[in-house]
Amino acid sequence: MKVELEADKCVASGQCVLAAMDVFDQDDDGIAILLDERPAAEHLDDVKEAIAVCPAAAIRLVDQ
Amino acid sequence: MADATLTGPAHQAPDAVPEFPMPRQSRCPFDPPPALKELQEQGPLTKVRLWDGSEPWLVTRYAEQRALLGDQRVSADTDQPGYPTKASPEAGEGKLSFIMMDDPEHARLRRMVTGPFAVKKVEALRPAVQRIVDGLIDDMLAGPGPGPVDLVDVFALPIPSLVICELLGVPYEEHEFFQENTKTMVRTTATPEERGAASREVAGYLAGLLGKRIAEPKEDLLSSIAGRITAGELTHQQATEMALLLLIAGHETTANMIALGTLALLQHPDQLALLRETDDPKLVASAVEELLRYLHITHLGRRRAVTEDIEIGGQVIKAGEGVIMVNEIGNRDPEVFADPDRLDITRDARRHVAFGFGVHQCLGQPLARMELQVVYGTLYKRIPTLKLACALEDVRFKTDAFIYGVHELPVSW
Ligand code: HEM
Repeated sequence: MKVELEADKCVASGQCVLAAMDVFDQDDDGIAILLDERPAAEHLDDVKEAIAVCPAAAIRLVDQ
Repeated sequence: MADATLTGPAHQAPDAVPEFPMPRQSRCPFDPPPALKELQEQGPLTKVRLWDGSEPWLVTRYAEQRALLGDQRVSADTDQPGYPTKASPEAGEGKLSFIMMDDPEHARLRRMVTGPFAVKKVEALRPAVQRIVDGLIDDMLAGPGPGPVDLVDVFALPIPSLVICELLGVPYEEHEFFQENTKTMVRTTATPEERGAASREVAGYLAGLLGKRIAEPKEDLLSSIAGRITAGELTHQQATEMALLLLIAGHETTANMIALGTLALLQHPDQLALLRETDDPKLVASAVEELLRYLHITHLGRRRAVTEDIEIGGQVIKAGEGVIMVNEIGNRDPEVFADPDRLDITRDARRHVAFGFGVHQCLGQPLARMELQVVYGTLYKRIPTLKLACALEDVRFKTDAFIYGVHELPVSW
């Protein structure tokens, strides 16, 4: 599973960082950055939570 | 027509349009109006009538609320046709920077100030907030006796004030001036003149401070906003509105979460005990999310206008119609939160919509969360005998304000 992040949609709410600290971070302007495109299975639930709470629908999990 | 004393939403004929907002039931000051709950059971959206006779859609279920708040055809611009009018005949309707704009201009302005609110930057402020909270508790305990004191005055309001003043670079010595004026700005019963005057007072002061920062920049958010004026990216007026939004958005909100949250915990001793006895920061964080969900202080709804027809929840919202997403009832949607009317700090409440949803979702949320975690994780441990110093019936609730809470909270220990 691969994580995709559309940074231009990001509104810097910080929700993804709170949900999945190992996978997401924020740059100096608060915009989300992806730390790990292919997170280990143990982080997948956190990524799914991040997808659910992202207010801008900027994160996706794709099968590839 | 039924007897006038019986006409409330619960007694209206099924085809009658209910009025919004509805009265809260005095029985439980933490629950949304029962009539709102009934509407939610009936369906995801329904028309309501506002004080001025207009009839926007009221969106009561979580899924539809999130869908609409995340939809680009839904506008936060108060000038759009159909935008649901102000909350009461008395309330003013000023425009306040990007909270009332749509993308791309909203995004351009919001991104100018998102940096300092990033999770890790806010985390770095935690020790300073802990010192503030401990200092205020020291002062309470050093007072002449075990209360009563007004927790709003000595604790709940000073915390967000001190923190946002520090972040913006506004001298805290001016806090009484801000607190009085922001109180007036969010009180729906203040006259438009009073609200306008309060807002102009603070705006004038901030415009002056921005001028000083243009000449002599410091390491604060006001200086960074002032830099945008110099760079030609903002007019002085736009910069002032932005500073005003940042100054007031976090004041009453966080303060009310502290005071109303404390009251809710005092009324739920089992939950308070869990919090008092834990050393687990995860449980404290979870309590913050649950109290945000359960209390939902921004109780008059997220208001928007629809710019193109939208089909949702078995209805068509027409372009030019208004929508009100009442997130307080979305946070009690049984489809999403089991046993929603129960306060349970151990549940996973992270998906609540207390900070709204979509591109306008609260910019200050990492800061608000951190402040509340410090408060809920400290106050009840340091004053384990904290109690309400009056009868619950005598507490004055802010049913008349845009932000729900308590006017004062007399406590002793
Ligand atoms: C517990 C405390 C807080 C609550 C419950 C809260 C709630 C909200 C809500 C519901 C919105 C969305 C408004 C809408 O969609 O129409 C919002 C937006 C906003 N909040 Fe907060 N807030 C809190 C604390 C703060 C703090 C501490 C700040 C710090 C400056 C802040 C700054 C803002 C700003 C700037 C916006 C506008 C965002 C935009 O339009 O893009 N808030 N808040």
